[in-house]
Amino acid sequence: MFGILASILDGVLVGAVYGLAAMGLTLIWGVMNVINLTHGAMIVAGMFGLYYLASVAGLPTYSAIPPIAVAGFGFGVCLYWIAVHRVIGRPPLMSLLATFAANLVLIGLGTSAWGTVLFNVPVSLPGLTYEGYTFTGTHMMAAVLTAAIAGLLYLFLYRTRHGKAIRAVAGNREAAELNGIPTTRVLALAFGLGVALACTSGALIATLFPFTVLAGAAYQLKSFVVTVLGGLGNPAGALLGGVALGLLEGAMTPFMPVSWTSIVEFVVFVVVLIAFPAGLLSFRRS
Amino acid sequence: MTRQILVAAAAMLVALSAFAADEDTLTIGYTVSRTGALNLDSLAQERGFEMWRDEVNAAGGIKAGAKHYKVRFVSYDDQSQGGRVQQLYTRLIVQDHAQFLFSPYSSGLVATATVISEQYGKLMMSIGGAEGKTYQLGNHYLFQTYTPADQYLSGAIALLKEKNPHAKIALVYSDDPFSKAVASATREQAKQAGLSLVMDESYPPSQTDFSAIINKIVASGADALLGGGHYPDGATLARQLYDQKASLKWATLLVAPDSPQFASLGPAAQGISVPSQWAPQVTYKPDFGPTPAEFTKRFEAKYNIAPGYHAAGGYAGGMLFQHAIERAGSVEPDKVAAELNKMKATTLWGGTQFSTDPKSHGLQLSHQMVLTQWQMEGGKLVKEVVWPASAATAKVAFPYR
Repeated sequence: MFGILASILDGVLVGAVYGLAAMGLTLIWGVMNVINLTHGAMIVAGMFGLYYLASVAGLPTYSAIPPIAVAGFGFGVCLYWIAVHRVIGRPPLMSLLATFAANLVLIGLGTSAWGTVLFNVPVSLPGLTYEGYTFTGTHMMAAVLTAAIAGLLYLFLYRTRHGKAIRAVAGNREAAELNGIPTTRVLALAFGLGVALACTSGALIATLFPFTVLAGAAYQLKSFVVTVLGGLGNPAGALLGGVALGLLEGAMTPFMPVSWTSIVEFVVFVVVLIAFPAGLLSFRRS
Repeated sequence: MTRQILVAAAAMLVALSAFAADEDTLTIGYTVSRTGALNLDSLAQERGFEMWRDEVNAAGGIKAGAKHYKVRFVSYDDQSQGGRVQQLYTRLIVQDHAQFLFSPYSSGLVATATVISEQYGKLMMSIGGAEGKTYQLGNHYLFQTYTPADQYLSGAIALLKEKNPHAKIALVYSDDPFSKAVASATREQAKQAGLSLVMDESYPPSQTDFSAIINKIVASGADALLGGGHYPDGATLARQLYDQKASLKWATLLVAPDSPQFASLGPAAQGISVPSQWAPQVTYKPDFGPTPAEFTKRFEAKYNIAPGYHAAGGYAGGMLFQHAIERAGSVEPDKVAAELNKMKATTLWGGTQFSTDPKSHGLQLSHQMVLTQWQMEGGKLVKEVVWPASAATAKVAFPYR
C-alpha cells in the first residue's frame, strides 16, 4: 500500500519539474503565439550549464542555478532577434520552422562537441526512507525550487511593470502598442524569460538524472502534453499540468506495465485536445 | 587526326590508371551512428574498424594471392535511424561500389541493413547485432561476430544460482528488439536454474525517470535486478537505484555499464555488472592477429581511452574479413564466403564459428561472453571480469554493495 503512495509522491515531485519545463514553452506561446521548438535544446543547455559550473568549476550545485537562468535569459533574447523576431505575426508554420531549424543547428553543434556521451552531476542530499522506499533529497529540493520559481514568476507577471507589459502584449498586442508599450522589446523579454525557465528546469533535471546532449527531446514532448493539460499560454496551468502528469504517471505505474504509461498519457493528451481545445485550466485571454 | 589520337591515348591512360587503382583497393562500406541515440557505441565500433584499416594499410594491405589490397572505407551517418539505413546501404552498393560491408550498430539497424545486403548479394560482417532472429531468416551473406542475445544474461543467471539459489529476480528491460530478445531467453534460463521471477516488465526506450519502476521493484520483494537496455536508460536506472537505496543484492544491466564513461556515475556505478562480449583483461590465445593485451595497448595509444567491446568487435570484424580473403586468395565474394563458412578460429575477440545450417546461416556459434563488474580499487572504479570463474580477474563482489 505504501508502495502506491510512494509512487504517487515521486510522480508529483518529478511532475513539478515537468511543469517548470513547460512554463517556459507556454509563456512564449501565450505572449507571441510561437511554438518554440528549441525548447528541448534549451533544457539541455541548462543541464550542461550545471555540469560545467558545478562539476567542472566547482560551484555548489544549487548556487549554479541563478547564473544559468541569467545566461539562459541572455541567450533567449539573442535567439529571439536572430530566429524569431522576423517571423512574428506570420503564419504559425513560419515560426515553427524557424525554431525547428534553430533546434537542429543547436543539437547538431552539441552532438559534434560532446557526442552522446553521458554526463552526470552527483548531488548528495539526505532523503527520507520508510519501509524500504526512499524519497530522494534531490527530488524534494527540485520540487521546492520549482514552487519558488513559479511563485517568483507569478510575482513578476502580476506585480511588476515589465510583467504587466508582458500580460498586456499577450492580451492584445495592438492595444498595448497604442498605450505606449514597446511591444517588440516586451516580446524579446518574454522569449528570454521562457528560455531562462527552460534552462533552469534543465539544471534541476540534471540534479536528478544523468543526461546526454539528446535528453531534451523527451522533456520537450512532455512539455507539450503538460502545456495542453494546463492550458496553452498559462504558466500557472503549466505547473499544475506538470503535477497532474506526474501524478498520472505515479498512480498508473503500480497497476499497469510501465510501457503503457506513455500510451495512456497521449490518450489523455488527445482527449483533452478534443474536449478542451484551450486546455483544462486555460484563462489566458480572460 | 593527331589531336584525336592524343585525346584517345589520354583517355585510355586515365581509364587504365583508374582500373589499376581499383584493383589495388578494397572498398568496405558501412553506416555509423555519428548522431542520434546510438552515437556512443556506434562510434566506438567505428574506431575499431579504423584501427584495423590503418594497421592493415601500414603493413602493405590485405594479401590475396599475388595481389595486395589497400583497404578503403566509405561510410555515412545513419543518424541512429532504421529509416536511413536501407537507403544508405543501397547507395554504398550501387553508387560507391562497396565490395564488402560492415553492419551498422545495434540489432534493429542490422536487421534493416540485411534486407539490402541480401538483395544485392553482398557479404556483410555483422558487428553489434546480437538479436538472433535476424540470422534465422535464411540469409546467405550475413555473418555474426557477437554472441547472440539469448546468451547475454546466462552468466548472470549462473552466478546468481551459485551465490543465492533462492534469488528473487526483477527482470526490467527496455522495449526494443535486442533487450526483448535477451529478456525472452532470460525468462527460460531463470526457470531452468530454479530462480523465481517476481517482476517481469518492459519500459519504453525513451524512459527518463525510473523512480516509480524502482518502487515497483522494492514492492516485488526482488533481491536481484536483471535487464536494462542501451546507454542512457541503463545509466539513469543505475544512478536512481543508488539514489533510492534500492534494497537489492545484485544488479546486472545490459550494454550501458560496459562503456568506460559509466564510471562517471561514481558510487552509483559500484557493483553494477554487465555482460560483455569482450574485456581488455581476457586472455585468449589468438590463431592470428594481436593478443587482447596487444590490441588494448595499441588502442589506448591511438585513442587515449581503454577499448570496450564495441571497439574490439569492430577491429575483430575487419580482421575476420581479412583472414577469409587471405585464405581464399581472392576478393571474389563466393570464395570469401566459403572461407567464412568453414572458419573455426580464435582471435583477440575469442572464438568464432558461423552456422552453416541454411535455417540459421551466419549465426555465431562459438563466441563466449564474460560478466564484468565495476569494483572500487584504491579509490578508483575499475571494471573486472568476474564470470566465468576460469576467466575471472577479480573475486565477485556479492552482495554488490
